[in-house]
Amino acid sequence: MAKISVWSDNRFWQRSAAWITGFAAVLLIWLTFDTAGQIAMGTDADLQAGVTKRVPGPTVINYKITYEMSTKRGHEVPVIGEKEMFFGRDDYSEEEAGALLHLGKLGSQTKNCMNCHTLLGNGAYYAPDLTKAWLDPAWQDGGTMQAMTGKSTKEEAMAEFLQHPSTYPTHSRMMPDLGITPEEAKGLVAFLKHMSSIDTNGFPRNFGRMQGAVNGK
Amino acid sequence: MANKFTGIGSESKQLATWYFTFAAILLGAQLVFGLVAAIQYVMPGFLFELLDFSVARMLHINALVVWMVFAMFGSVYYLLPDETGIETVGIKVGKLLYWIFVAAIVVVVLVYLFIQVGPATETSIWFIHEGREYIEAPRWADWGIVVVALGFVGNLFLTGMKGNRSGIVTVLMADMIAFAGLYLAGMFFTDNITLDQYWWWWVIHLWVEATWEVFVGSIAAYGLIQMIGASRKVVEMWLWIEVAMLFGSGILGIGHHYFWIGTPEYWWEIGALFSALEPLPLVAMFIHVMYDWGKQQGKKVAGGSDESVVANKPAFVWFWMNAFGNFLGAGIWGFFHTLPQVNLYTHGTQFTSAHGHLAFFGAYATILIGMFYLAVQGSNGIKVLKHTKASIWSISLMVGGMLGMTMALTIAGYVQVLVSRAQMGATWAGYFDGQQGMWFAQAMDWRLIMGVVMFLGFALLAKDLLTTGKNPVHER
Repeated sequence: MAKISVWSDNRFWQRSAAWITGFAAVLLIWLTFDTAGQIAMGTDADLQAGVTKRVPGPTVINYKITYEMSTKRGHEVPVIGEKEMFFGRDDYSEEEAGALLHLGKLGSQTKNCMNCHTLLGNGAYYAPDLTKAWLDPAWQDGGTMQAMTGKSTKEEAMAEFLQHPSTYPTHSRMMPDLGITPEEAKGLVAFLKHMSSIDTNGFPRNFGRMQGAVNGK
Repeated sequence: MANKFTGIGSESKQLATWYFTFAAILLGAQLVFGLVAAIQYVMPGFLFELLDFSVARMLHINALVVWMVFAMFGSVYYLLPDETGIETVGIKVGKLLYWIFVAAIVVVVLVYLFIQVGPATETSIWFIHEGREYIEAPRWADWGIVVVALGFVGNLFLTGMKGNRSGIVTVLMADMIAFAGLYLAGMFFTDNITLDQYWWWWVIHLWVEATWEVFVGSIAAYGLIQMIGASRKVVEMWLWIEVAMLFGSGILGIGHHYFWIGTPEYWWEIGALFSALEPLPLVAMFIHVMYDWGKQQGKKVAGGSDESVVANKPAFVWFWMNAFGNFLGAGIWGFFHTLPQVNLYTHGTQFTSAHGHLAFFGAYATILIGMFYLAVQGSNGIKVLKHTKASIWSISLMVGGMLGMTMALTIAGYVQVLVSRAQMGATWAGYFDGQQGMWFAQAMDWRLIMGVVMFLGFALLAKDLLTTGKNPVHER
């Protein structure tokens, strides 16, 4: 019995399992430290200095956001441009913008957005993805959704829709009334605008690039 | 070698049957709310602003997670006396925690059903739900779950250290503490959605693609010893190899969830490499079951007997379905869309849903239902548990219904990928262009039909589990 192969020895496999698991876990923890640094939210100073962060600070709501092809990266990336009015202001302080984002993020969870929509592609598939909803052509000036609500800016149109979704049915599959208050709606729109500024490595691809004919137009 | 199902009188096994019973009830609830959501895809006005899709779907996936956790706790309480040779330590505390767990879940479900949404405040997060897919349970319930899980892990550790600590028990001890500990990663609030989803995946991914899979490996090992008298030495060696392969691929395979949520590009390579390896252990587990079955049956035939080695026919079929379904649902359907080049278009479509359905069913539901049957056998003192008409029909309808739903959702996913994503660029209008496509609509009709088939299978399963113990066809 002295010549039994190590390959059929339980102790050998037990130790192998422990070492492999330990190695994988240590590597994941190490990568987590690196990623945590890279995805930490930026600051207002970063935005003013033009420092690109993967997740910009809340005051990004003071700026115009676009989604443009980057030849260097080979896919689209959010671009933070000039100042832009958001509910009539473009001078939200870090505290004000942070409070709006906080309210919006809380709202996104308590209203259960994720069990119909996807956020960053995660959630349910019963309603459109919200990752770049802020940049959706339907909400822009002249877009169908903005026109439907009768509002003159995209943020007001979105806030109006969120408060009375079943008043503005776009399809037989409607969004239900979730009791969203005007203040919560403002927070949610800030949350959506902020989300659209996150660098998602080119997801979703070709967003808004192609538009089919809608209602014969 | 005779199988020992001397379960009667064991308090640990009694507690296991309680866990299994509540798990089966929740499985029924999962299917009911799944049907509601499936109907809403076909008839959007169904229960609108009464029981909306978001609520039905939250109940559907929460019932899924909770029934599986219940059945997993039950499985451990069931096998502990067989493995350790002693009664489970702290069984009284275990029973108390069971009732606390059940009560908490009933309260959570009632709040989901009748309160549904709250204002955008921390209070809603603490007392209504957290609105984070799969782990929506409100914060108070999170802490309850932590207490219950600690009690469970404590019982497992104390029993494992006092009694005979087999390889299976050793793996379970390590696995269950990781399983419980990971839950803590999902218990905080942050304004940063990227950071939120980063840690959220630690819970979801490291559960279902790592710790739960290792749990399945352990249960399969136990089941093979119990049902076909497989050699413990061989089974436990395979188990260690599976642990190495599952954790070796699964832990860093988490990278495939970090492609598009704001995390750095290096996760493309890490996620692609390690998640592409994830199917390998699942192939190994299937081969293992087939190998052991053939070996044990071959020995018996060589000994001049033509009788089956299988001591519990329905359980064995479910375990076999698990070995194959894990490979098919988690392995193949997962691999389909795990590479970033593909996932860029499939991420967040019905493709994920197709994979989710077949993987949860194939990898977990099957083997846990198998454990239900082992418990029926044990608690009725049956030597060989045979098939009944109901057991055969329930397996056929449930598996057939699930495969049908998966095919339908896969087709729906293709339409969505091609129309909404590749062609229309993922906008609001593009999304609905895909949803209104004829093939998408037909797929949703078929999904509902196949969901009904699955539900009929479940009804027969419930009937069989409740009645087969007293059926005279079994050998006692």
